[in-house]
Amino acid sequence: MSEPSITTIPSTPRLTRSSPSRFGGLVAVVVLQILLAASPLQAADKYRSVAVADPYLELHTGPGRGYPIFHVVDRGESVEIIMQRTDWFLVRADDAKEGWVKREQMEQTLQPDGERVSFERANLQDFTNAKWETGILAGDFGGANIISLYGGYSLNPFVSLEVWGSQILGNFSNGWMGSVNVVHEAWPDWRISPFFTLGAGVIRTEPKSTIIQAEDRTDQIGHVGAGFRIYATRRFLLRAEYKSYVVFTSRDENEEVEEWKVGFAFFF
Amino acid sequence: MESRFRVLFLIVAMIGLSGCAATKNLFGFDNESAPPPSAEGPGQVIDPEVERREIKEPAIDREDFEIGAFAGIMSIEDFGSDIVYGARLAYHITDGFFVEGTVGRTEAGLTSFEVLSGGARLITDSQRTLTYYNLNLGYNILPGEVFIGEGRAYNTNLYLIAGLGSTRFAGDDRFTVNFGAGYRFLLTDSVALHLDFRDHLFDIDLLGEEKTVHNLEGHLGFTVFF
Repeated sequence: MSEPSITTIPSTPRLTRSSPSRFGGLVAVVVLQILLAASPLQAADKYRSVAVADPYLELHTGPGRGYPIFHVVDRGESVEIIMQRTDWFLVRADDAKEGWVKREQMEQTLQPDGERVSFERANLQDFTNAKWETGILAGDFGGANIISLYGGYSLNPFVSLEVWGSQILGNFSNGWMGSVNVVHEAWPDWRISPFFTLGAGVIRTEPKSTIIQAEDRTDQIGHVGAGFRIYATRRFLLRAEYKSYVVFTSRDENEEVEEWKVGFAFFF
Repeated sequence: MESRFRVLFLIVAMIGLSGCAATKNLFGFDNESAPPPSAEGPGQVIDPEVERREIKEPAIDREDFEIGAFAGIMSIEDFGSDIVYGARLAYHITDGFFVEGTVGRTEAGLTSFEVLSGGARLITDSQRTLTYYNLNLGYNILPGEVFIGEGRAYNTNLYLIAGLGSTRFAGDDRFTVNFGAGYRFLLTDSVALHLDFRDHLFDIDLLGEEKTVHNLEGHLGFTVFF
């Protein structure tokens, strides 16, 4: 395979998979290539080099199910890892062929010092111990729709702090809500882990323009709740929860609102 | 007096400390603050081990995120079609699933009523700007390759998306459901073109009774993996 003429840096991203010397490529492709060549590229020696320990390493044409194997690297030869996307690794063989290799096969390769390579992969253990978590939930907030985004930090496997931002979209009013929660998990190592939560924040309510006496207002809220974190796969979890809110209004009576939500989140 | 306070303070401190210990290090501070076991002196046996580990783990470039911009045409029911443009951020969880956030903006035209009646306006000019955001889950349902000429192969994906969001239009934020399909054409392993078709559904009562409207969008996009 001949190198593209624009640059001699060996790490130029591959544009064609086989004999590129047909005709000049599409104009867009050339422009892109110049753009990419101009951007700071990693030097080749930064790549991680591993040796094949299995009888052979299979290179697929794409990072996903179904892509065919177009090249194999024999035992004893080495490949450079260029990048990782989900569970696939883009590698370059000695003869400059580039292809995608499954994680299961990459784990059968050896370090230069002869040790087996281990690639970090999230599991149930990380689900319990991960420090950070972020997710999206949607559901019902006292009859209105609610969309929420949250970020959490675990102080330890049992207790974490979360910051929430929500948009509420109802028939009579819209609003925004922000709150800070403390979450306690009694059995954080369970795959379906129940939790209890306590929090406080503010809610901004904007009645719709068609309602008479429309007046925006901001009130403080407090809430208690409970729910489940359910480990799905890799860094991915499902979450379902119920919260009961008290809105401390400036009127004589406080409002109580019930909220149900489901969604998904990642930990890292 | 002072000594009594001191005793009181000590008792409180002891209860606090024992409480922390009993609740299995409730606030997790110990992990950080506890000094490492200092059994090993400045031994030279340890140092090469540590350095070798560092060489052994050069970071692999992970490219699971995809960011980009798009432009196309969006039709707002009763209000005609106009150019839509926006941005997208996606995170690929597996080779099948990804999550995606999009924001977009377009302008509404005049309804047939407004055109026929002459001067009457249903909404003001500033209310004619439609902006939306959506949070979607996507699935690469038909991964594949295309061939241009005999010497070039490009990876592609046909994907489906569905999700929730909010649309600001005609003076209100409206809860929006959207779904659609898209085609991702990878120019290189890190740069992609997109062709997307989506339907945005929300409720609106501008023209008398409340109804659910379908707002169709088609756009071309450009994204980079990082």
